[in-house]
Amino acid sequence: MNIKTPSVVRPKQAFYKSNNFQAYTIGAIPLLLIFIFNYLPMFGVIIAFKDYRFDKGIFGSEWVGLDNFKMFVSSNDFTRITINTLYLNAIFIAAGIISALIVAILLYEIKSRNATKVYQTLLITPHFLSWVVVSYMAYAFLHPSYGLVNSVIGMFGAEPVDWYSKPEAWPLILTIASVWKHVGMDSVIYYASMMGIDNSLYEVADIEGANAWQKTRYVTLPSLVPLISVLTILKIGSIFRADFGLFYQLTRDIGALYDATDVIDTYIFRTMRVVGDMGVSSAVGLMQSLVGFVLVMLTNYVSKKIEPDNALF
Amino acid sequence: MKKQKLLNQAIFNLLFIFVCMLVIIPFVLVVSASLSSEKDIVEYGYQIIPKNLDLSAYRYIFKNPKSIINAYKITFLFSVIYTFLSTLLMSMLAHMLSKRNLKGKSFFAFYIYFTMLFSGGLVPTYILNTQMLHLDDTIWIYIVPSLITPWYVFLLRTFFQGIPYEINEAAVVDGANEYTIFLKIVLPLSKPALATVALFMFLGKWNDWYTSMLYINDESLISLQYLLQRIMQNIKLIQEASYDTSMLAETTEIPSETVRMAMAIVVAGPALVVFPFFQKYFVKGLTVGSVKG
Repeated sequence: MNIKTPSVVRPKQAFYKSNNFQAYTIGAIPLLLIFIFNYLPMFGVIIAFKDYRFDKGIFGSEWVGLDNFKMFVSSNDFTRITINTLYLNAIFIAAGIISALIVAILLYEIKSRNATKVYQTLLITPHFLSWVVVSYMAYAFLHPSYGLVNSVIGMFGAEPVDWYSKPEAWPLILTIASVWKHVGMDSVIYYASMMGIDNSLYEVADIEGANAWQKTRYVTLPSLVPLISVLTILKIGSIFRADFGLFYQLTRDIGALYDATDVIDTYIFRTMRVVGDMGVSSAVGLMQSLVGFVLVMLTNYVSKKIEPDNALF
Repeated sequence: MKKQKLLNQAIFNLLFIFVCMLVIIPFVLVVSASLSSEKDIVEYGYQIIPKNLDLSAYRYIFKNPKSIINAYKITFLFSVIYTFLSTLLMSMLAHMLSKRNLKGKSFFAFYIYFTMLFSGGLVPTYILNTQMLHLDDTIWIYIVPSLITPWYVFLLRTFFQGIPYEINEAAVVDGANEYTIFLKIVLPLSKPALATVALFMFLGKWNDWYTSMLYINDESLISLQYLLQRIMQNIKLIQEASYDTSMLAETTEIPSETVRMAMAIVVAGPALVVFPFFQKYFVKGLTVGSVKG
């Protein structure tokens, strides 16, 4: 992208200069907003090294060195929320990509355009809901006495389960919710990419007598590999960030489930809002940001190696 | 061969009908529960099809819908202002970035991009908004802090760069300044992209509960989704909102399960009817323009 534009319009140069100045003025307010709301908080990370108190403010609060970090790392919470975040996000990534891919491939097999549209619209609908509304749906399924799940397993003679005090069930519940909400939108990307596959490849496959599965296996999938790997890598780059709404709303922030569902983002929120320890909360936030930053750089480097066109920067 | 193909199509379609039903069941369950009587729920649990149609949950909510109507008003107000301002400001920034020969362009692109890589985190942001800017408990907290989303700035820039440069040159020759070019050429030519971005911004704001939870104590300023969240935690909030204290005696027998579900429908329903009409634009937002820093 480093092609120099030839300056053929030399007489107008002065004119362009004044237009350049005007362009800066157009961008000024948004740039200022970014400074205030994105860059100023970055300086605020010094709170992680202080014993922050509201009455003393950032500069008045005492320096405590790495105490906040030490306190967090030596607590039981550290291993729990780190493992939960990585483990659950890994499941979401795998389940999300596989389900979206399957839906896209099957959708591609359907010849009727109208039917495709209807299916796509229905599958995308959950995307328009907030996690709050989804938590109501989950509640209708999982309510210990009235929930649909307990009614169904009751028909097979099983005892009703109190899902909201059974942490071991929640990795599965959260995965189902995550896939349900995202599969429609995610499959759109793969579907769009499949539309771009050279049709002559399929024609050749037809002549060779390939069946639908063989065409999928030897034409469609290989064409999607670059996209799949890049999307996977991008998601791995943000594996340290949890979807706060999913973890906070669906579990209804019930303490009995923390063992399985407490993740870095919910922990940061709770430490700040409920416990009120700004220092530790900010220290955990800083660690998350730094690890996240390193991961993005790393994954971007890897994806550049695989497919230079698809690297982010 | 032809028969085989028809059979295949039938199988694939049946499969999708099944999958779509799985996706829709949660919706059906909530709608059906909201239309049931409390007695049936207690006796049979939540059902896919209501045993007896009963509108009393809705009647209960609409007896005194003040807090819901207020939440709708506030949410609509800040969503509209936010959508307009953020789309405008992001396209201003994108326009600057899409200029050819602009000095410092790559610096600005990096300046914006870096915010996607690293952030100060929750605590510094919270202190900035509450202790320094004092945005908490005002409607501006919903609007101002999140006006610029880097991702959409780059999406718009990619789109603006696709506008033929000759139009720009011709305008300059005719004596147009940068403001005219932006307002009279770039914006009108980018309507599809602007609509896509605006819809994403609107959807995100409409579904916002997080901001209220963090920053709002004033009951009259809470968003719709947060109202719903609080009703999940405490069904009695409906009572407080809908009844005078003098009528408290009557509220002891609140049909809590059905009213809960009816609230979910009242909150999510209208959006669910409207948003799918714009699906085309949402899909476009995913597939149009790659994001490159």
